[in-house]
Amino acid sequence: MSRRYLARYLVSRYFSSSVSPRPLHVCIVGSGPAGFYTADKLLKAHEGARIDIIDRLPTPFGLVRSGVAPDHPETKIAINQFSRVAQHERCSFYGNVKLGSDLLLSELRDLYHVVVLAYGAESDKDLGIPGETLSGIYSAREFVWWYNGHPDYSSLKPDLTSSDTAVILGQGNVALDVARILLRPTTELASTDIARHALSALEESSIRKVFLVGRRGPVQAALTAKELREVLGIKNMHIRIKETDLSVTPADEEEMKNSRIRKRIYELLSKAAAAAGTSESDPDQRELHFVFFRQPDRFLESNERKGHVSGVNLEKTILESAGSGKQLAVGTGEFEDLNCSLVLKAIGYKSVPINGLPFDHKKGVVPNVRGRVVSQPVEGLSQTERGLYVCGWLKRGPVGIIATNLYCAEETVGSISEDIEEGVFTSSKEGSKGLMQLLEKREVKKVDFSGWEKVDAKEKQMGSERNKPREKLVTWDDLLAAAAAN
Amino acid sequence: MRGMRILQRSYGEYLQSSAMPQRQTRSFHEAFFSINHMFSASYSTASEKGGEETEKINVIFVDKDGEEIHVKVPIGMNILEAAHENDIELEGACEGSLACSTCHVIVMETEYYNKLEEPTDEENDMLDLAFGLTETSRLGCQVIDGVRLAIPSATRNFVVDGFVPNWFTDTKLVYYP
Repeated sequence: MSRRYLARYLVSRYFSSSVSPRPLHVCIVGSGPAGFYTADKLLKAHEGARIDIIDRLPTPFGLVRSGVAPDHPETKIAINQFSRVAQHERCSFYGNVKLGSDLLLSELRDLYHVVVLAYGAESDKDLGIPGETLSGIYSAREFVWWYNGHPDYSSLKPDLTSSDTAVILGQGNVALDVARILLRPTTELASTDIARHALSALEESSIRKVFLVGRRGPVQAALTAKELREVLGIKNMHIRIKETDLSVTPADEEEMKNSRIRKRIYELLSKAAAAAGTSESDPDQRELHFVFFRQPDRFLESNERKGHVSGVNLEKTILESAGSGKQLAVGTGEFEDLNCSLVLKAIGYKSVPINGLPFDHKKGVVPNVRGRVVSQPVEGLSQTERGLYVCGWLKRGPVGIIATNLYCAEETVGSISEDIEEGVFTSSKEGSKGLMQLLEKREVKKVDFSGWEKVDAKEKQMGSERNKPREKLVTWDDLLAAAAAN
Repeated sequence: MRGMRILQRSYGEYLQSSAMPQRQTRSFHEAFFSINHMFSASYSTASEKGGEETEKINVIFVDKDGEEIHVKVPIGMNILEAAHENDIELEGACEGSLACSTCHVIVMETEYYNKLEEPTDEENDMLDLAFGLTETSRLGCQVIDGVRLAIPSATRNFVVDGFVPNWFTDTKLVYYP
């Protein structure tokens, strides 16, 4: 055994020996899929790993709880696996602990050998067009958090009664989710875990037509087959697609040839357009229109209600090649108006930077190399921030599904493991003990996993009274009270 | 023992598709990302069982270090369940509800893949999103009956002679943990 190998072997044994391993103190910020998969893999890879997962919300699971649509309960099953991780003896969850307010990044780095930031993307991309601040225009994220009972958005009160039309900008799965929730019969929603205030509002809603507007064509639409198949199968929901929008160019054919999913989506949309035909007009009929090759130019203000949106001015587009098979939308100078009283922007999320953290504002991510955070000095080579890592959307940008984080966590944990091998973490750290002292000093009412379990039990019990899997608690006060109850 | 061979693309190749340069990591964990994991399934022969037919498939999981783990899977149990029964790390985030693609496996022998029942639209929808998707990819939680169908009952006669045809014994399943 060479000396170098011996040294590395001993260091890795230092943290991973099965005979009382020295603790590797890890703090993961964010308890969504990225945070939990990282914790899961670290626990398995290193017997010495002691992990604290913190989250600013009192409830764990990130977008699995607040993002997945209420009518998609099977997608939330991943929570079972995450709960097992949180209940692991070497892992703890602490909710209601906010990085940036309750404690600083530098303090975390002092307390822990490894800090993994997995707090996702809690903001939105902007269109940057006139009228964007008119009332009645929301990001899809806000609307989703509203119907999913996120405590920051329970009082959103979106206007669903001023007209029969809503316009959704974007054609990804989030766009499809919000369209579906707007148009699904509320009798079907009543037995899901949708927030009560949202169900009531939707029961009063006059929205019957939803336009899903995309800059490009059906071949480029970002939605996926499962979600499309689902809306095509909803009873009494009529899909409208213009046949002319379905004509494909050679460039489109090429895109479909290279992507199985693009091809299947296009085929599904074509089938839907063909099947639509003419249906008898029924006042309560719900319509989902796919509008392609239109980009928003500005929002129109209502004359009757100042400050409120009354429509979107759209510019027709054509596709131009941008090299390597990619096609971009380019405006043609032809415009048309689409009237509505509600606009939801489903054009992508954006991460939020924090003090002391390197941030790439253009890409909206923390600069990193395989999960290791790198700082960008004014001159010279970028430098790795020792002990600081990222995982999930904060690392890759707001794309992908829950499962994407599995591989993302593999990579980040791989980097951490390499660093352990290299002997990066030899100094002594306080870990959990230090965190507890700090939080106590600052009187932070942290919610541990058993606190969440009380919230969980209460929500399930309330739900059972209404034939729902759970009735969510939607205010900070209610959540914290339930977590602290005996 | 041999069996159904399934291959999973390494994470390095997945990264390539997101426009990152593919490279071998120069580290102790190089194997972690670049080795194909394999496990295989085959049918236990009556000769091994001494005449008592227990209708089990022999599955060999090959972990990231190239080590083979031999397990027996009762007919009717899907590959995801089989992995969990034997403490093999095959992720199943949605626990078999066709709401994710974390149990993605690739059948290495096209012949064997063809003998499996065709995936449903619902399975294909999830496979659309799987990483390292190939022509012979399946979701582990959906692979059951196909395995059974792959055994013609006539093989039991072969078994008496101690001879087992190659095509159904040489299939391997590979998973990505």
